[in-house]
Amino acid sequence: MSSPAFDVQSIRNDFPILHQEVHGCPLAFLDSAASAQRPQQVLDAIDHYYSHDHANVHRGVHTLSHRATDAYEGAREKVRAFINAKTTQEIVFTSGTTEAINLVAASLGPSICAGDEILITHMEHHSNIVPWKMLCERSGAVLKVVPIDRDGVLLTDKIPDMINARTRLLAVTHVSNALGTVNPVKSIVATAHTAGVPVLLDGAQATLHAAVDVQELDCDFYAFSGHKMCGPTGIGVLYGREAWLERLPPWQGGGEMILSVTFTDTVYNKLPYKFEAGTPNIAGAIGLGAAIDYLLHIGRGNIAAYEKYLLDYLTDRLAQIEGLRLIGTAPDKAGVQSFVIDGIHPHDLGTVLDHKGVAIRTGHHCAMPVMDFFGVPGTARASLAFYNTTAEIDQLIDALAVAREMLA
Amino acid sequence: MEIYRERVLSHYREPHNQRHPDSVDHQAIGFNPLCGDKLTVYFALENDVLADVAFEGTGCAIAIASASMMTEALQGLPLARAQQLIDAARAMLAHGEMPDEERLAEVRALEGVREYPSRIKCATLAWSAAAAALDGNMQQVSTE
Repeated sequence: MSSPAFDVQSIRNDFPILHQEVHGCPLAFLDSAASAQRPQQVLDAIDHYYSHDHANVHRGVHTLSHRATDAYEGAREKVRAFINAKTTQEIVFTSGTTEAINLVAASLGPSICAGDEILITHMEHHSNIVPWKMLCERSGAVLKVVPIDRDGVLLTDKIPDMINARTRLLAVTHVSNALGTVNPVKSIVATAHTAGVPVLLDGAQATLHAAVDVQELDCDFYAFSGHKMCGPTGIGVLYGREAWLERLPPWQGGGEMILSVTFTDTVYNKLPYKFEAGTPNIAGAIGLGAAIDYLLHIGRGNIAAYEKYLLDYLTDRLAQIEGLRLIGTAPDKAGVQSFVIDGIHPHDLGTVLDHKGVAIRTGHHCAMPVMDFFGVPGTARASLAFYNTTAEIDQLIDALAVAREMLA
Repeated sequence: MEIYRERVLSHYREPHNQRHPDSVDHQAIGFNPLCGDKLTVYFALENDVLADVAFEGTGCAIAIASASMMTEALQGLPLARAQQLIDAARAMLAHGEMPDEERLAEVRALEGVREYPSRIKCATLAWSAAAAALDGNMQQVSTE
């Protein structure tokens, strides 16, 4: 197994945060699935905006307001191109994936009746479970869950039988945050559309790792977060098919989302502003735009190939450890490997690894139903990005040996 | 590592009083939703004295070691005295207040958790459950 042509050292030079010691050891940051790090280019874009161009958007006639508006709308165009949406009207800025999903659940709410059904899967993050559970509690609708198998593969052949005339939406993750499974979302969308059911895809874990083309996927909604793809926290995107966004009512009221307001009548703004009440996260959007520029500059094919190489290396090395059980062994995976070690609690593992400079996530990964399925309270999860190295994986493996000696 | 002193690991590997007692007068469950750890603390009373203190459940090394130490520290104490000791132990683990309590000498081996803010709740889990058990409630307490 050899590394594809990929100059990871020069990429690492773009990420100032990676060059530090933790507890006297070089930092090995293997927790990008929780939140990825930002390159200097993104930090500079945010700094430049606040240092030179900040004013409120879509408001003033003065120069700074024009500049801020141009930069904010420029970021929207970058997002549109990044996921190949038809128009920028289909790109709604939100605070993150969670808010994007809540937006759809809230706006869809009034049209959902008792006895209707919402279909999700067993591998969803809490953010793609709880908004639907809340909608079901409000409306009397029923939540149905597509099962997974012991490898963490979604049982997609069950979907046709689980869809019926009352199914109002299928919400499914593109890539599982706890298991790393890449779902065959294009065929899932096609299956649902055959029955006339719209599909929301949770793309939080996907956009860092692979190209996303919403027109090719033919999905109705696609939600993702800036901070999981080298952008800032507090910014995310809801892509919605134009016909859907036109049909749905706004979910929050305020400035920006209206054209005219009297005490008797309100005329809502056009898309996408109908869904962006209040002053938006302008700097966040600009930072996300810079992150998109950066990812495209590195090349998404290069990123995917290098990450595949890293993930194979990680999985091979973990599999050689006695008493270690891999959780999530689907054939098609991205960037994540969860595991448990006999006799060692994940939090003890996390603390010992931190002491050796290795940052991983431990716990339930906001996916308690997945933990229940595998019969574990939590797992340790190493997750990768294109700025990681095999040396960092070696550091993880060495630290695991220390943990086993101390605790097992 | 300060947090995993040998005394702590020793209690973790061979916990004291990890069992269901013959008779139970008070019990409470401590639950840490962050990691799913759940411990049940049992008290058996004789004339307002803790005649038997035991626990069951699963948890990390810190939670199990702390529970083991808790059972030893409280064994044989009158209820009012047990309350004092529980308060002192929680103040020590959560806030670093050093009590003048010979009975907590062993528990001081856990003071390394103070350097790991996310792990303090692991150390206080059994003590929170003990406090709830002392209140006489057959209840579950959460660390969050």
